[in-house]
Amino acid sequence: MRTFYGTELANPLMLGTAQYPSPAILEQAFRESGAAVATVSLRREGGAGQTFWQMIQDLGVNILPNTAGCHTVKETVTTAHMAREVFDTRWIKLELIGHTDSLQPDVFQLVEAARILTEDGFQVFPYTTDDLVVGEHLLEAGCEVLMPWGAPIGSGRGLNNEYALRAMRSEFPDTPLVVDAGIGRPSHAAHAMELGYDAVLLNTAVARAGEPPMMAKAMALAVEAGRLAFEADPIEARDMAEASTPVIGKAFLS
Amino acid sequence: MSDVAVIGAGVAGLAVATELVAGGAKVDVYDPAGPPGPHGCSWWAGGMLAPWCEFENAEEPVLRLGQKAIEWWASKTEITRKGTLVVASARDLPDLRRFARRTEAYYEVAREDIAQLEPDLSRFGKGLHFEQEAHLDPRKALQDLYRGLVDNKVTFHRQLAPPRLPLSVDCRGLHARDTLHDLRGVKGEMLIIRCPDVILTRPIRLLHPRMPLYIVPRGDGIYMLGATMIESEDSSRITARSMLELLSAAYALNPAFGEAEVLEIGVDLRPAFADNLPRIRRLGRTVYANGLYRHGYLLAPALAQGVADLVLENKYSEMVDEDRA
Repeated sequence: MRTFYGTELANPLMLGTAQYPSPAILEQAFRESGAAVATVSLRREGGAGQTFWQMIQDLGVNILPNTAGCHTVKETVTTAHMAREVFDTRWIKLELIGHTDSLQPDVFQLVEAARILTEDGFQVFPYTTDDLVVGEHLLEAGCEVLMPWGAPIGSGRGLNNEYALRAMRSEFPDTPLVVDAGIGRPSHAAHAMELGYDAVLLNTAVARAGEPPMMAKAMALAVEAGRLAFEADPIEARDMAEASTPVIGKAFLS
Repeated sequence: MSDVAVIGAGVAGLAVATELVAGGAKVDVYDPAGPPGPHGCSWWAGGMLAPWCEFENAEEPVLRLGQKAIEWWASKTEITRKGTLVVASARDLPDLRRFARRTEAYYEVAREDIAQLEPDLSRFGKGLHFEQEAHLDPRKALQDLYRGLVDNKVTFHRQLAPPRLPLSVDCRGLHARDTLHDLRGVKGEMLIIRCPDVILTRPIRLLHPRMPLYIVPRGDGIYMLGATMIESEDSSRITARSMLELLSAAYALNPAFGEAEVLEIGVDLRPAFADNLPRIRRLGRTVYANGLYRHGYLLAPALAQGVADLVLENKYSEMVDEDRA
């Protein structure tokens, strides 16, 4: 199994911690799903979110602080350093937004920030597009994980470009890959895992569901189903029916 | 009849004192900051009595207990019963459908209906009207409760409560975290603007992916524009980004808001427990009533009733979560 900077995850579901109706419901969502990683934002909280951050740490899962809300390398690096201090972890989810409406990452600045942070000793989880060349640059900058988008953040559209995600999987066979963003339903999460992805990261789909803990559980079951399906080597699709019992020998004149 | 000291003169303390007086208790209120004012977070509230809308992102007690608040406030202060209008920009229509699925007691409105309800929102083609909701002016409401208490011989002491009181109700909001360690502050930012060019007569909610954005008319062309929800406990100032988001929401409702004057900027912390629901807790001779979160005006009446039940009749309401008398 591929590991994330040496850490093996018991569960390939990573959940964000924003937008839940309450911290109590957030906690239930983690309990119901067994999600192994919690992403947390720091930028907007401005250093004064200790009480909430303590609640996240009390979940007892791996903490992946993120740089959500950052638009420049400088902001991103500052936020990452703050995250390392607050959560005492080298992990950082690099989110560097380049376009307001689609929240598409600015991949040029992303590579630069990844290089700076890796040199600073961070273990970087870059939120990127499904571009192969960008992926290569990120690996070359020191990243050991890639997190391509399924679709724009919060859009719930699923895997917009399955072809590109498949291409990434085959281009980077040894790199842990996570579909990050765009997941709306469990079928999307299962889809990502069926492609051989190592984990799925989502937030809005659970936090804004009518019953977040129930949706979190549905997502956990889906990623498990998708992973098993991938490992079980699914059959190929074909154009015509293939009868599972031979027709020859049947009393076809009857 | 029992003598009770109420500590804190925000919406929780005043509502509790009002219910205790109604139950026949002799009440003294202690608050070193004096009568209601900008030092308390209820001063900065929106004043929406909107249990149906709030239920979109809250638990069941908010819907049930909040409905009772409308009549309670109507008997204490002036309230406006014109409902709430919820609208979304064309690109956020999926959010409007979701909002409708998660709520009840509304009817769907189309462009003609919106033009009739609020002619200045003619650019919106779809919305939801929650007819039974109401709103009030929080500062006037606090003032009216305060006067009602003074008329009922309640003494307000501009000082800390003396130690070893026989019976007290602590309504200090976030200040009570010296004892209530599971309280946290949730930052909220709001603006008060004046824009006589735009006439809106009821609270309007503009669906927004990250926060419940609303504008509440305060009369004379004055509007309250709120409110961010940030898991931060720094209430020192508003951020540029929050201000931008609030003002661009107003601008999206009607570009004439671009000419509004910004009269006030409010920043404060809402006291909240982990489930964002209020609690009553008896520890020794002190009853703590806290955690109203973003539902100060909506849930203060039920909280106050629960305190009166506990203090005067030893009856347990659903909000009582601990009793170590």
